[in-house]
Amino acid sequence: MSSNTGGYFVPAPTAWPFYLTIGLFLMLGGVSNYLNGHGASMLIWTGLAISLAFIWIWFRGIINESESGKYGQQVDMTYRWGMGWFIFSEVMFFGAFFGALFYARQLSLPWLGGSDVMTNAVLWPQFENAWPTNGPGGVGGDFGIIPPWGVPFLNTMLLLTSGVTLTFAHHGLRENKPRRNVILWMWATVALGCIFLFFQAEEYIVAYQHLNLTLESGIYGSTFFMLTGFHGMHVTLGTLMLLVITLRLMKGHFKSDSHFGFEGVAWYWHFVDVVWLGLFVFVYIL
Amino acid sequence: MSEHHDSHHDDHGPEKGIMRWIKTTNHKDLGTLYLWFAFIMFFIGGVMSLIIRLELFSPGLQWVNPEFFNSMTTMHALIMIFGGVMPAFTGLANWMVPMMVGASDLALPRVNNWGFWILPFAFTLLLSTLFMGGGAPASGWTMYPPLVLQTGDAFPFMIFAIHLMGISSITGAINVIVTILNMRAPGMTLLKMPLFVWSWLITAYLLIATMPVLAGAVTMLLTDKYFGTSFFTAAGGGDPVMYQHIFWFFGHPEVYILILPAFGIVSTIIPTFARKTLFGYDSMVYAMASIAFLSFIVWAHHMFTVGMPLAGELFFMFATMLIAVPTGVKVFNWVATMWRGSMTFETPMLFALGFVFLFTIGGFSGLMLAIAPADFQYHDSYFVVAHFHYVLVPGAVFSIIAGMYYWMPKWTGHMYHEGLGKLHFWLSAIAINLTFFPQHFAGLAGMPRRIPDYAVQFTDWNVISSIGAFFFFIAQFIMAYNWIVNCVMRKGAPATARVWEGAHGLEWTVPSPAPYHTFETPPVISESEITAVHDEPAAAPSRA
Ligand code: HEM
Ligand SMILES: [Cu+2]
Repeated sequence: MSSNTGGYFVPAPTAWPFYLTIGLFLMLGGVSNYLNGHGASMLIWTGLAISLAFIWIWFRGIINESESGKYGQQVDMTYRWGMGWFIFSEVMFFGAFFGALFYARQLSLPWLGGSDVMTNAVLWPQFENAWPTNGPGGVGGDFGIIPPWGVPFLNTMLLLTSGVTLTFAHHGLRENKPRRNVILWMWATVALGCIFLFFQAEEYIVAYQHLNLTLESGIYGSTFFMLTGFHGMHVTLGTLMLLVITLRLMKGHFKSDSHFGFEGVAWYWHFVDVVWLGLFVFVYIL
Repeated sequence: MSEHHDSHHDDHGPEKGIMRWIKTTNHKDLGTLYLWFAFIMFFIGGVMSLIIRLELFSPGLQWVNPEFFNSMTTMHALIMIFGGVMPAFTGLANWMVPMMVGASDLALPRVNNWGFWILPFAFTLLLSTLFMGGGAPASGWTMYPPLVLQTGDAFPFMIFAIHLMGISSITGAINVIVTILNMRAPGMTLLKMPLFVWSWLITAYLLIATMPVLAGAVTMLLTDKYFGTSFFTAAGGGDPVMYQHIFWFFGHPEVYILILPAFGIVSTIIPTFARKTLFGYDSMVYAMASIAFLSFIVWAHHMFTVGMPLAGELFFMFATMLIAVPTGVKVFNWVATMWRGSMTFETPMLFALGFVFLFTIGGFSGLMLAIAPADFQYHDSYFVVAHFHYVLVPGAVFSIIAGMYYWMPKWTGHMYHEGLGKLHFWLSAIAINLTFFPQHFAGLAGMPRRIPDYAVQFTDWNVISSIGAFFFFIAQFIMAYNWIVNCVMRKGAPATARVWEGAHGLEWTVPSPAPYHTFETPPVISESEITAVHDEPAAAPSRA
């Protein structure tokens, strides 16, 4: 599979990436200005619009090329490797935040609580290590936590089920089952993703309004919201990708033996699923 | 062949004017853009280093105020690392990897365009901070909290610039890795790949594994500053030291990102001018792989003085020292390659030899720093500055210069001027030692880094160092003249296809200058172009 068989698709010159970068540049420059307390909403929205437009155009281009049969086996392999490494980079991104969680719980909090080192005696002699905590300074005030066996457990089930429905859709596609079935399984998957997001939003509202659990609730709030928040953003993206794939299926795209667009999204969805399992265990239960 | 073209390329030759460069998806064009970009960044970063050396020319505060001095050390490092060395290596990979493995282009040409064009915008964000309230970031390139959280308006610009650079590095790395894994010409098995390709395969892996971690770290800084999180605040149960762990988990592999492609370049050049095959090809590959693996478990050697448990100090000390073993294997192999070779000393070879000598000095000072109890004395002193400049300037930068002299005739079809090249080498080699060797002494005697003033007893070493720095900077204009006039503007003698008598590899089988598209149909690799020669299996004992 690793050999260059010739006739590899080389795209024509294009300014899509350049315009996309301009969009990102305007958006990030705008956000920076905003964070510095200068109004910049024009910049942000213009930048965002340009970015989204060119992401759309770029992907539409890829889809057209793919459907007009320009991609051979080798290009297919390129996308497989590329997607795999991209997901690996995402895993490492989450790794940084999981690392922060483990470090805080296994090292810095015990130290602050008096095991091993002097920190406790010198800084906060009255502080005892416990979890959840918002630290010796009680940053953000008293707060409650989301019990794992309610909504989070339900969400776990939803995501696991969505993995199953997605697999059914995939098998249907591979075995040339009637398109209608495949599409139905896909809509089920999209729906499960949306319900997950709905519950997640609900959970955040409860946390903010009733539990006083916020991003500012010390290290617990920081790790809780950053981990679940980035995960939620990935679920949102994943659901959008599933939606695109579903619409493409309805337009008659993909063949039983060549549908990496579908598979790539499925990989991504499973990755999001696995991250959630990590979250459920380490953020909610333990 | 031509039929082939029409079905697969909507558009063939380059476009005209500026749009050619904005729209290009060609690996050679993008390689050129990366290299020009790095060139400009090296220049800007170089000017900043001269401001630092100007201030340190004599004790006391003379030229700049301390805040600006700190901005200069911070920006100098960020620009040289992310804007100079990394894009230069990516530029070389763009040009050479497809040609070396016999591919028509990189695997994802549009993504390649994106990866490049992010960079000018990212550095616009970063450089614009020089003109902002509160000045450019001044916390050091390591951006430790809580200090970095005191940055003024520059703060979010710096963070987002780093996010963008991360996207650029990751897309570039995915592109290179996929090209290597998926686009090799038939017969180019993994263990027949040129070592430059191997070095980039491993580098790309390191990039994909660590750039996201840096992105995570700076994201936490951003939320700590603006959104009330407590990752790095002890009062909230976080820990500033946690930042250092996350940062260096990225940071140490990063220093190998800055040196592995250099290993690849030197391993390409030395055999050419020693007219021998590389000694110990397999061990070179395994050495790089083990360096990459070990680079993930040594990060806390940057934090020996931060207050780690003894077990941590010991583990990170021994793990770090272990890296000296594969590094030693590589140096040994380079020297063994030259043993009894019929050597000539053209400019690329001179820079490669300079690399072997001077990088090794940096490796030795690294070993000294790896000794935890000794590092308590050396840490945050000029000794550390001397260490990393030995591995980065006569290390990484010399290898880039060597690679440029070596391959530019292939790219442009014209030779640089050999006499000027040799002059450039000798001036650079002398100047760089003048600049950085005295810093070892100043550091051992106790001069701290990142401070604009110093005690008078350090004056002599600093004077020498500053003179060396200006001398080095000026010497680079010889190089710029030589490359631009002789190669880019094509005033030099025309180059042959092979360019160097002893060169092997697919890139030397195409004409100089290399045509805009190479290897649209995969080449047949003749035995003589395979640079990977494996150790002969011991001859079977003959039986009677
Ligand atoms: C045998 C190999 C090496 C060893 C044992 C080693 C060891 C070390 C140690 C222990 C430090 C921390 C010193 C301190 O802050 O007290 C250090 C700093 C540093 N090293 Fe190395 N090193 C090696 C190779 C390299 C290479 C190949 C590079 C880059 C091309 C590099 C770049 C750096 C940089 C940039 C720093 C300073 C970072 C900072 O604090 O700003 N080192 N090295
Ligand atoms: Cu290190």
